[in-house]
This record gives sequence, structure tokens and C-alpha cells, in this order.
Amino acid sequence: MTPMISLASPTRFLALVGTVVPWLSALVVVLLAVGLYLSFFVAPPDYQQGETVRIMFIHVPAAWVALGCYVVIAIAALGTLIWRHPLAAVAAKAAAPIGATFTFIVLVTGSLWGKPMWGTYWVWDARLTSLLVLFLLYLGLIALWQAIEEPGRAGRAAAILALVGAINLPIIKFSVDWWNTLHQPASVFRTDGPTIDPALLTPLFVMGAAFIALFVLLHLIAMRAEILRRRVRALQQTQVAHAAVAEA
Amino acid sequence: MSAALTLLRRDVILAWREGGAIGVALGFYLVVVAITPFGLGPDLNLLARIAPGMLWVALLLAALLSADRIFHNDYEDGTLDVLTTGPLPLPVLAGVKCLAHWIATGVPLALLAPVLGLLLNLPLDAMPLLVLSMLVGTPAVSFVAGIGASLTLGLRRSGLLLALLVLPLYVPVLIFGVSTVSAAVVGPGSPWPPFLMLCALSLASIVLAPIAAAAALRTAQR
Amino acid sequence: MFDLGPHAGFIIAAYGVAFVALGALTVATFADDREQRRMLAELERKGIRRRSAASPATPKVTSKAAKPTTKPRSSAAPAKRKPASPRARKTRS
Repeated sequence: MTPMISLASPTRFLALVGTVVPWLSALVVVLLAVGLYLSFFVAPPDYQQGETVRIMFIHVPAAWVALGCYVVIAIAALGTLIWRHPLAAVAAKAAAPIGATFTFIVLVTGSLWGKPMWGTYWVWDARLTSLLVLFLLYLGLIALWQAIEEPGRAGRAAAILALVGAINLPIIKFSVDWWNTLHQPASVFRTDGPTIDPALLTPLFVMGAAFIALFVLLHLIAMRAEILRRRVRALQQTQVAHAAVAEA
Repeated sequence: MSAALTLLRRDVILAWREGGAIGVALGFYLVVVAITPFGLGPDLNLLARIAPGMLWVALLLAALLSADRIFHNDYEDGTLDVLTTGPLPLPVLAGVKCLAHWIATGVPLALLAPVLGLLLNLPLDAMPLLVLSMLVGTPAVSFVAGIGASLTLGLRRSGLLLALLVLPLYVPVLIFGVSTVSAAVVGPGSPWPPFLMLCALSLASIVLAPIAAAAALRTAQR
Repeated sequence: MFDLGPHAGFIIAAYGVAFVALGALTVATFADDREQRRMLAELERKGIRRRSAASPATPKVTSKAAKPTTKPRSSAAPAKRKPASPRARKTRS
């Protein structure tokens, strides 16, 4: 991502966002339309799960984005702490609520998929549990951003937390895996679901592309909003300073 | 080395003298364990089965209660700034303070656990393993709590925020800590594999957490 | 599609939740962006420029020195701010 270096200027970044957004929005709409059509009209019902397999077309792509978003935040965290890239903290802050929402969708759709498939709304299997922990990590990041007023300190603290979480996620996944093998007498259900029929792959990838495009779109907009928010705050402080001077 | 030991001794003595904070943590531990049966019913068999889990969860919460003390007092009165400019590298400083928290809070909680286990009908022959697993696991608790404490330094409602940030990171410690004890109480299998994992987690925390905590302290001070 | 099987409710609920959540997120994100752009435009309309003010100390010194003469003009402060800042800028650079 060499453009990252040339994009170090917020002004240039804002200009880029302005040009990209209309095209990207159109792309998202097209991909979603195609994906939904494929999901409902083209994909055959699974021989084991019947129609409920269609939930997978939301659940799995959302999981890809939920995890990918955290990777973005972790890379942005490195950008903040090591390279001091000016847009890194903005990228991290903007991404967190988006990641949290996608993770929420994964959890809810997983739960709704689980009830008809396994008979229960929640199951503490390794994947769902790790995603629940991921959701908690996102909440922690958002809470930390909210709690620290000074943006510089907030950016660096959130970056540290993001990296600590990134290191811990594999450990947590591993320990939950282990914990599951301990507590499940027999695998009554395969938590991956059935092996994926190729006919199901196309809708899955289209929806995946749609969600990724949506993530990029929302992330860019949120980053622009954050950059503008900081400018507004700086201007408001200047305004207050002017008013104080005028009073003097 | 002697600077580190001096700081350690000072922190532990201060913690003991403060008394209140440790007392509150121990009291909290007692209260949480004591009210559990009111929620779950007095069936001794059930209590025996959940005892390892309850004792560990309550220990985590009690340790977190006192975690924001790790850096807060020194931050408040400016001692932290003085210490930062001193001979100790910041990660070592952070590590020593976490170690002090472990000695002053983690160890007493771990030693109180068997007594509370009696309330939950924990079998007597599981007690040594309970204490051992807690003594080995609480360093991870204290050191990871140090990360949370340094990140939330000086913030409002830092205690709750700290808990929110840090509890998800405790999942592995909890899993392996409880498994160690459960293996002796209920289950099949030897307690030693999870015990060794617990040791690994603590050792990793002791080495890595101070680095993160030091970075967080630097952001708080700038 | 019209026969979604016995578990149709779950399928619809799942897609429904996903679209409500994503829709809410999209609306909130775009709305926040629009709000920031609006606030920025308003501030710039008011004539507040970035990096326009000298540090508060500099204008304070000049205005304190000119206090007796600027007093009657203080009620028209906003209009007078513009000439004040170029002057402040000149003294600063």
C-alpha cells in the first residue's frame, strides 16, 4: 500500500475520498443486488440444512469483514506507534464501530442459524466464542476512545490496546478450542456446517465482495468525518480564543 | 537491581499499610462467593461442580477491583514522574509495580481461596491444587491488569473501563486455571497439562505485559 | 425463494437484522460526515480560518495597548476582528 505514504496529507486523502465515494457506492449497490439475487434465487437449498443455509451468505462474509477490520485496526495501530503516520489513528478510530457492527451481525446471524440447525440459540463453540471475545475487544476500543479526551493520547492508548488484543486473539482462540474439546463429549454437530457445495461458493464470494466494498466505503466516509471533526474542533477553539481576545 | 528491589519493597509496604484496599479485595472475594449459593441454590453437589469456576471468576473480579491502584497513587502525587526519570527503565518499573500488586493482592486472594472453597463444598483434596493453580495464575492476572491500569491512568470511571478492557484477555487464564482444578474435582485427565499452560501464560505475561504497560505510561505522561 | 422451508422465520430474521444493522451503520456514518461538513462550512463562513490566529498572547498585548481606542469599537467586535488578525499576523511574522 505505497499510496499510504503519499496519502499522508489529510487534504489529499479528503480529495481522494470525494472522488471515490460515488463509484464505490454504486459498486456496493450492484454487488449487493447481485449477491442477494444469487443467494435467494440461484443457490440451491442444502441437502442437509435446507433453506437455512442461506443465512450463511450473510454470516460468513460478515465474519470475514469483522476479522479483516481488526487486522486493519492492528496495522493502523502499528502505523500510529511505529511510523507516526498522521492518518493511522484516524483510520483506527473510524474502523472500530464498523467492526463492532459487523461482529454483532455475525453473532446474531450465527445464533439464528444455530437454532434451526442445532436446536439452540447459542453454543460455546470455539468460533462463536472467539467472535464474542472479538466483539468485547471492539467495545473496549470504542470505550477507550471515548474515555480519553486528548486525541493524541487516545490514539496511542487505543493502538496499544489493539495490539495487545491482536496478540491475545490467537491465544484466546486456542484456549477456547482446547476448552471445547474438554467439554464436548461427542461432536453432535459440525460447527463448520457441511462442506461447502461449489454451487454455494459464488453467492458467498459475491456477498463477500459486497461486504468488503461496503466496509471500505463506510471506513472512508468515517475517516473523512473524523478528519473534519478534528478540524471543526480546532476551529471552534480558535473561535473561542478570538472571542476571549475580543473581550480583553 | 537494587533499585528495582527497593521500589518493590516500597510498593509492597505501602500496599500493606494502606490495608484498606487489600481488605476490600479480600472482603469482596468473600462476599461474591458467599452470595453465589443464594443465586444457585444450596445443592452441595451443584456447588461442588461450579466451585472451581466461581472461585476463579470471583478472584479475577476482586483482583481487578484493586488494579487501578497499580499506578494511580503514584500518578496522582507526581511520584510516577520522578520514578520515570530515575535509573529504572520504564518496562522494569511497570513490571515491578505489577509484581508488587501480585504480592500484595494476588497472593492473599489465592491463599484465601481454599477457605472460601469450603463454602462451596469444594472437595478437600482439591484444595492444594486450587491454591497452586491460583498462585501460578495470579501473576498473569496482575501483569495483564497492569496493562489496563496504565491505559486508563487518570481517567474517570477507570475501574470499570479497566475491567471491560482486561476481562476478555483473561479468558485463557480462566480456562486453564479452572481446568487445572476441575481435573482434580470432576474430571477425567490430569491437571498438569492445563497447569503447564497456566505457567506459560504467566511467564509470557511477566515478560510482555510490562512492555505494553510502559508504552501506555508514556502516552499518559506526554 | 418463496418457499423458504420450515425455518423461514429464522432466515428472514437473520437477513432482517443484518440489513437493519448495516443500514443503521450506513445512515449514521453518512449523517455524521454530513454534519461535520456542515459545521465546517458554517465556521468557515463565519470567517474563522485555520492557523489564522496568532497565539492568544500576541493579540492580547496589542489589544491591551490599544485598549482606550478600541473600547468604543468593542461592540462591533466581529466586524473589527478581521482587521485585527492581519495586524496580529504582521506583528507575529
